[in-house]
Amino acid sequence: MPNQPYDSSGSIIQRKRGGPPGEGAEKGLITLPGESEREIEDLAGGTYLTTTVDTMVNWARGNSLWPLPFGTACCAIEFMSMVSSHYDIARFGAEVVRFSPRQADLMIVAGTIVDKMSPVLKKIYEQMPEPRYVIAMGACATSGGFYRAYHVVQGIDEIIPVDMWVPGCPPTPDGLMYSILKLKEKIQRGEIRR
Amino acid sequence: MSTLTKFSAIPYTGPAPTNREPYVAVDGPAADARGAAIAAALQHPGMSQELGQDMPSFIVGKEHIVDVLRALKESSEFAFTMPLDLFGVDYPKRESRESGVGSRSETGGLRTPTPDTPPPARVGSRSETTDLETPTPDTRHPGRFDVIYQLYSLKNNERIRLKVRVADGESVPTGTGVFKGLDWYEREVFDMYGVIFDDHPNLRRILTHEAFQGHALRKDYDPAQRWLLTENDVARIIPKIDPRFENVDTDYERVTLNLGPSHPATHGTLRIVVTLDGETIIGADQEIGYLHRCFEKMSETHTYQQVIPYTDRLNYCSAIINNVGYCMAVEKLLGITAPARAQHIRLMLCEFMRIADHLVCIGTNLVDMGALTNFWYLFQPREEIYGLIEACCGARLLPSYTRIGGLAVDVPPDFLAKSQRLVDMMPKFINDVEKLVDRNKIFLDRVVGVAPISAEDAINFGFTGPCLRACGVPYDVRKASPYLGYETYDFDVPIAEGGDTYARFLVRMEEMRQSLKILQQAIDRGLPEGPVIVDNPYVALPPKAKVYNEMESLIYHFKLIMHGIQPPVGETYFQVEGGNGELGFYLVSDGTKNPYRVRCRPPCFQIYSAFPEMIMGQTIPDAIAALGSLNIIAGELDH
Ligand code: SF4
Repeated sequence: MPNQPYDSSGSIIQRKRGGPPGEGAEKGLITLPGESEREIEDLAGGTYLTTTVDTMVNWARGNSLWPLPFGTACCAIEFMSMVSSHYDIARFGAEVVRFSPRQADLMIVAGTIVDKMSPVLKKIYEQMPEPRYVIAMGACATSGGFYRAYHVVQGIDEIIPVDMWVPGCPPTPDGLMYSILKLKEKIQRGEIRR
Repeated sequence: MSTLTKFSAIPYTGPAPTNREPYVAVDGPAADARGAAIAAALQHPGMSQELGQDMPSFIVGKEHIVDVLRALKESSEFAFTMPLDLFGVDYPKRESRESGVGSRSETGGLRTPTPDTPPPARVGSRSETTDLETPTPDTRHPGRFDVIYQLYSLKNNERIRLKVRVADGESVPTGTGVFKGLDWYEREVFDMYGVIFDDHPNLRRILTHEAFQGHALRKDYDPAQRWLLTENDVARIIPKIDPRFENVDTDYERVTLNLGPSHPATHGTLRIVVTLDGETIIGADQEIGYLHRCFEKMSETHTYQQVIPYTDRLNYCSAIINNVGYCMAVEKLLGITAPARAQHIRLMLCEFMRIADHLVCIGTNLVDMGALTNFWYLFQPREEIYGLIEACCGARLLPSYTRIGGLAVDVPPDFLAKSQRLVDMMPKFINDVEKLVDRNKIFLDRVVGVAPISAEDAINFGFTGPCLRACGVPYDVRKASPYLGYETYDFDVPIAEGGDTYARFLVRMEEMRQSLKILQQAIDRGLPEGPVIVDNPYVALPPKAKVYNEMESLIYHFKLIMHGIQPPVGETYFQVEGGNGELGFYLVSDGTKNPYRVRCRPPCFQIYSAFPEMIMGQTIPDAIAALGSLNIIAGELDH
């Protein structure tokens, strides 16, 4: 559930918008995801920010996703394009690519999953610590794509839960980046609790 | 409606499609003559010649096949030392016929030329060769499956095709004693068709999983029938210890270690199980098929045009080369050639793709050795290449840009200028990377002398491409059987000595430079004027503007969409030089809109099958470095 906006209209001292928060500084408006804009309150002489722990943690999580590329096929190459120099996902804080499921919280399933691979995918998903998020990248991971075939899983939601589906065959790096941003929003709104 | 209608397909005055006629190979008479010479020289009782094929072709009795393979390999005159391919084709109708052999039925059934029903007469077919065809009883076998071997002779630069006919449930003796490269192929035929190879050392499924039932490429197998694999069914792999190390006693404990199929260093979905003695690898086994996407079955259920996107996804690092290979194979079957402009563009894009492929290979290989900078650096020119392709057709990685008979759309007007820019910027990247690593002691220690393979072994396994050239064998399809006009370009085939990881690195670096050289020449020549797709409404769609305004065009459009391209009945093989080696497509047409059989010869397949042999006695870090240098692309490896 998204957090309700905190109503503190009574205590707001009208100040100029936009200044940087901090001691002695002008008070400004600060936005936490999932909340409406709100001012920092000046209580007891210091600068405070009141929120909930969940919101704070979600905000941090959303800004620092550690992806685990479960790259099997062509989509993995576009994943590589996204993390490397030209598109550079580091701008959005998700560049710490981890190949160990125990160090990652975002699994990007990039590529076709075939029946032979499905036990592996499931096992790796289970090895990830919670909270964990899954992006199904591309038509194959989403629905089997145009491989309506005897050895291809028709969408990874047969096996594991999925948070984001990215269309395309392959999705462009920008498309994948957009999905990561969307996922970030979703996490910061506190919609995903897993 | 100006440029669209400029090269109109209407009115069309050429011949109507010949799909009910048998395919006539252009090089048929020459192949027949050569086949006759081979048969005369070998004098083997089990061989009977099949006429009118695009290469010398024989039907061999199954009990003779090992002898014939050995004779062809060891003959000093012919020296067919390289096993190019082995695959099956299923003709279920043939078995049910009383005579056991198919003559073409009225409805365009499959033509199956056999020794006792010579193929329909054609110009230049040599009837004199019939004395070589005196069939022994076993060669008349009306079996259901064709098991087809294709061999290549480096000495004479020629190919040969051998067919063994087997009925359901019959077995074929294994050829692994003659060619090591046949090992995996035989497993594949077993997996897909259920043909058993007697005495094969390790005949188990290779592409599908343990819980799979039935044989997927049989014609009566439902393409969408899946079998679920649960964790309990997964087979345990315990590698065989190499005999060289069997009795070596060291102080260390023996450990079995599993790498993959999800592992940072395996570039895709490869799985290797190694047994270690201390740090030394003393046994290794691989499992593949973690990306078996049923390319060949999917092709049989789609029309010729619809197969093109599937070919993209074989070697997805150099997709256009796959497109070109497949389209040219179908064009060969149809007896058409793409217009000069399309050929020129195809050639240029193929070379750009080859560079992109090598850039990814070298970049990721260096990452495995800790040189991350090169990876970031090399991805920049690669993105630029994709930018060019995006400008041409709107897609980046998997463009599906070619069509049968030409290209989907024309290139943008600044294509040559863009290409020139790329060709100008590329050498800096290549030289910089070379400077960064080539005298770097860490790099050299990791690659020099690592995972070597001798030229003889490489040929025996059926290596092609950079991995073969790294052993000093100058085989390159672009030189050996030029296509797209490669014979008119001045370029060298780089080779290196030693066959180790370093040699493969050097060959790839130099090949990029040679590709740039080809590209520069192509740019200097300029693009030929004209259309980019053939002027034949039975193959290429008429321009949209015409379709909306002219009755004939509308009908042609409708016919082509509904009934597809219908090539003549027959079979053919066409090969191009892919990023990893010879990429071949073998097609069988039964005259209908769907291919009867599409076989792709994936160059990675044999290269990877030699991997345990290459890393034996080395260490895990060596194996990782070597694996990156082989450039195994899972999509191609597993079809
Ligand atoms: S969605 Fe397309 S690009 Fe991605 S893995 Fe599947 S086939 Fe390849």
